[in-house]
Amino acid sequence: MIDLAIVWAFIIAFAVFVYIVMDGFDLGLGILFPLFPRKADRDVIMNSVAPVWDGNETWLVLGGGGLMAAFPLAYAVLMPALYTPVIAMLVGLIFRGVAFEFRWRTTQRERNRWDVAFFGGSLVAALAQGVALGAILQGVHVEGRQYAGGWWDWLTPFSVLTGISVLVGYALLGATWLVMKTEGALREKAYQLSWVLLFAMLGAIVAVSLATPFLSVQYTQRWFTWPNIILTAPVPLAVAAVTGLLLRSLANKYDYQPFFLTLALFLLSYAGLGISMYPYIVPQSITIWEAASPPNSQIFMLVGVAILIPLILAYTGWAYWVFRGKVRPGGGYH
Amino acid sequence: MFEGWDAVALARAQFAFTMSFHIIFPAFSIGLASYLAVLEALWLWTGREVFINLFHYWLKIFAVAFGMGVVSGIVMSYQFGTNWSAFSDKTGPVIGPLMAYEVLTAFFLEAGFLGVMLFGLNRVGPRLHFLATLMVAIGTLISAFWILSSNSWMQTPTGYAVNASGQFVAADWLKVVFNPSFPYRLVHMVLAAYLTTALVVGAVGAYHLLRDQHLAGPRVMFSMAMWMATFVAPIQILAGDQHGLNTLEHQPVKIMAMEGHYQSHKDGAPLILFGWPNQTAGRIDFAVEIPKLGSVILKHSPTAPMAGLDTVPRENWPPVPITFWSFRIMVGLGFLMMGLGLLSAWMRWRGQLYSSRFLHSFAMLMGPAGFIAVLAGWITTETGRQPFTVYGLLRTADSASPLAAPAVGSSLLAFVIVYFAVFTAGVIYLLRLMAAPPHPGEAGPPRDVPARAAGITPAAAAAAESAS
Repeated sequence: MIDLAIVWAFIIAFAVFVYIVMDGFDLGLGILFPLFPRKADRDVIMNSVAPVWDGNETWLVLGGGGLMAAFPLAYAVLMPALYTPVIAMLVGLIFRGVAFEFRWRTTQRERNRWDVAFFGGSLVAALAQGVALGAILQGVHVEGRQYAGGWWDWLTPFSVLTGISVLVGYALLGATWLVMKTEGALREKAYQLSWVLLFAMLGAIVAVSLATPFLSVQYTQRWFTWPNIILTAPVPLAVAAVTGLLLRSLANKYDYQPFFLTLALFLLSYAGLGISMYPYIVPQSITIWEAASPPNSQIFMLVGVAILIPLILAYTGWAYWVFRGKVRPGGGYH
Repeated sequence: MFEGWDAVALARAQFAFTMSFHIIFPAFSIGLASYLAVLEALWLWTGREVFINLFHYWLKIFAVAFGMGVVSGIVMSYQFGTNWSAFSDKTGPVIGPLMAYEVLTAFFLEAGFLGVMLFGLNRVGPRLHFLATLMVAIGTLISAFWILSSNSWMQTPTGYAVNASGQFVAADWLKVVFNPSFPYRLVHMVLAAYLTTALVVGAVGAYHLLRDQHLAGPRVMFSMAMWMATFVAPIQILAGDQHGLNTLEHQPVKIMAMEGHYQSHKDGAPLILFGWPNQTAGRIDFAVEIPKLGSVILKHSPTAPMAGLDTVPRENWPPVPITFWSFRIMVGLGFLMMGLGLLSAWMRWRGQLYSSRFLHSFAMLMGPAGFIAVLAGWITTETGRQPFTVYGLLRTADSASPLAAPAVGSSLLAFVIVYFAVFTAGVIYLLRLMAAPPHPGEAGPPRDVPARAAGITPAAAAAAESAS
């Protein structure tokens, strides 16, 4: 018999990771926006993502909706626990989302205002996602089937650290995306930024990795005891290997590799988080089995997921293919 | 701030506020997506330039409205958890999968093809582009299917059981999805979306015809919109009547609130046209009523007995004044829409469709009527089912998150400020786009200003495509 709770834990984790893959660079572009003050550059940056941003954010809706459907108890506990970061993220996404259309519809002065909204919204959304991650990792206060903490419990030095880390990571994704999708001076600048941001991200990975074991004994045991270490040791080793490749690809000024290797770095960090958390969905309080929907709900959705996710990936891939290649100023895509 | 306020009341205000803003955009984009599909199909079929001009004209408007619908929709998908966590825990196993299916079958389809629809005509050629438009239009309808199914399940729950943790679980998915009020609600809402869009398109056409009645684009769009009003408004009134009879069967208390029937009537209930519902005293003050007509409409017999709210415990009463008035606003607007449809048919028959200033002024005034009717209808059905979130089974007061009032109040305040700032700007941009008439060689959304002049006719675009 397959363990549905594990299957669904992987599906939700997959949806959230695809969201990070797709919206991470998208938010990163917004975070980097003030560093590109020229209108022509900003138009190109916007154009590089305008056809796909909406699909990118749909994965966030799937993550939220899927969590409610597959693990309603976890959704019901985590959302009130993360109240402020979630609201801040939603407000941030509103500002950056409408900026895609609004900035084309107005005068120069107002466009600057929507450019600020694009930057501010992206910054707040990225920071809020990172803070929420930290708040989940450090655990929340649960009594019975409800969140029992206050509405500022999420704010700790650790959650601020994860917030800044995600911000830096997304900015790196944005910079390497621009290396891949643009040309000339714009690409050169993105390339310079990638170096700085890469070192910042490596610092963030080390800082979070060092801080996590101090959060709970469970995390320490998970990572540093025999025989777990056979499974956990490859993660930091792989991080080192990917970092080496990433440095090489930047030194060689490759187009595609920096972006995809940064994604690999994200995947490894993400796998590390999964190793720390499993089998809890609300760390130290609720396991995936305790939070799971009844089997008939999970099976009902599994049918849809099995058929539809491959289809979705196929037509999303097609949309990216249609808008492939470098973006040039003045005419959208060449 | 907000110390001593009622957290549940604030959470309800937040849901009502964010939902009212959100529902406006899907109501418009469902209809507009279908209209765009029709325009592009007509262009491909006839090759007439006016259709592709209109397509591009409304596409720009669609892009702005759709973007606002997306961002206000993301808020909704998280609000169940942030403000209504007890509800989410208890109903997640049943309505969670329905919403997950909405994401999988509808949101991804819309979002996946939206980019190609907005910017891809010169990249993929007219036929594939039409497919993208069609997918977006179908996506909006599938989305309506799932979200109305889950809303209807909350109104008329069937096919469920309750497990040991007190959660609702599905006993029969078909009965959950196709619950008794769902077919009626779906038809009523989709027709509402089509009518709303037709009224907007008609108003924009009328606005430009009032300035110059010879413009090709406005003539075509006005004519198409008035055909919709002529045929769909009467159908909508019939569909609404059927929906009402369905509600009488499954949620009779809601009908009592809509009709203002505080008292039971043993030998035939009146139809109360207007009056002032007095919730404390449990009666309608200053009622203007037609004897027996209420029973005739609802039971098809002038002497059929109708129970009133005096048969229902007070703690289960919905807020009658809101339900009573929002229902009348919706119905009144529905009949005005039918009036516009009939008048336009009369003018069309007399050959004055494009020259009647009275008709054009009337159509312009009716531009926002669809939105107001949708909001009023939604308020009727959602306040009429209070004080429950899952009808008769889960009370609203037991559905909220364990949050203190300051948290809920502050987020409400944030949403109010942000929504008014952002969506006011959005509506201004929409009105600006509508204020300019469509012209020959109309371009699509701005970043896709094509380097070559392809896309004016299907043949030229196809040729350009095969050459590239």
